[in-house]
Amino acid sequence: MSDSIASTAGQLPLATAAAGHPSGGSVDRTRFHVLHHHPENGTLLGFWLYLMSDCLLFACLFAAYAVLGRNYAAGPTGAQLFNLPVVALNTTFLLLSSITYGFAMLESQRKRVGATLVWLAVTALFGAGFLTLELGEFAELIEKGAGPQRSAFLSSFFTLVGTHGLHVTFGMVWLFTLMVQLARHGLTAANRRRLMCLSMFWHFLDVVWIGVFTFVYLMGVLP
Amino acid sequence: MSAHHEHHAADGHDADHDGGAPHSTLGGYATGFVLSVILTAIPFALVMGHVIADPAWASLALLSLAAVQIVVHMVYFLHMNARAEGGWSLLALLFTAALVVITLSGSLWVMYHMNHNMMPTMHQMHEMP
Repeated sequence: MSDSIASTAGQLPLATAAAGHPSGGSVDRTRFHVLHHHPENGTLLGFWLYLMSDCLLFACLFAAYAVLGRNYAAGPTGAQLFNLPVVALNTTFLLLSSITYGFAMLESQRKRVGATLVWLAVTALFGAGFLTLELGEFAELIEKGAGPQRSAFLSSFFTLVGTHGLHVTFGMVWLFTLMVQLARHGLTAANRRRLMCLSMFWHFLDVVWIGVFTFVYLMGVLP
Repeated sequence: MSAHHEHHAADGHDADHDGGAPHSTLGGYATGFVLSVILTAIPFALVMGHVIADPAWASLALLSLAAVQIVVHMVYFLHMNARAEGGWSLLALLFTAALVVITLSGSLWVMYHMNHNMMPTMHQMHEMP
């Protein structure tokens, strides 16, 4: 009994050393690849599946807005509240941040860390601009007495647009974290994979925003 | 870092260093961006210029433009195609799209009929205290 425990405890560190040290020398890395010959694009497919589940989350919020979006409870309507020029500027910021992230990806393919970091910083600036405008809009609405508690329309509006904004916020946190990692470790295989994942996340948020500006803002001001 | 590259090169089974990630091109991003700008500008112009008087037709136009723009983003920014990840990405996307359509149309359908059925008739309204 005590022998078997002792032998298991003795083997554990060996097993860990064989399988789990990607930061070890190149010899370890080779063994790691030979032992576990899984497809190398597994992360990207897994992240894509996460994005699809996120898509379903947004679909539910869109459905809630579709059902409740015209229940004004004698309060202000979308046509009275929405400031379309600001929304257009917001959309421009997000679209520009998408293309600048694309430029960062192109630079990372050319193995230029500095240029990648510059384009990521530009992306972060546009993302920050988007969030600033959106938070400004929220603050203005709440100050007008058109907060989320005013009507079912505003509850569903704040939930949908706020959830998107929250995603952008976490995308920004990820972006800054990745910039630090890139500056420290360069364009390693792991960092390129992270860049790919954040690229998918960032472009996905832009796709969701297409739905938001069309369905919530533009269709909301229609009579 | 360099050791890792040699390992990949020696491995020989994967010429792509990004592990199957699609290679982006400037042309692809530029095309996607120009199309997106056009497909964003048209709906804003339609609504802000009050081009289409009938709200139903305006909604249809807006939704169609949004659908086209989503496809443009999927193809040019998210590099979606039938070959990505051996077709599994596209399959997951189509499955999700089906669920999204069911969620949206089902919610609207059910709630419309519920509102309709819950609406008090004139007879019931007279009996109300």
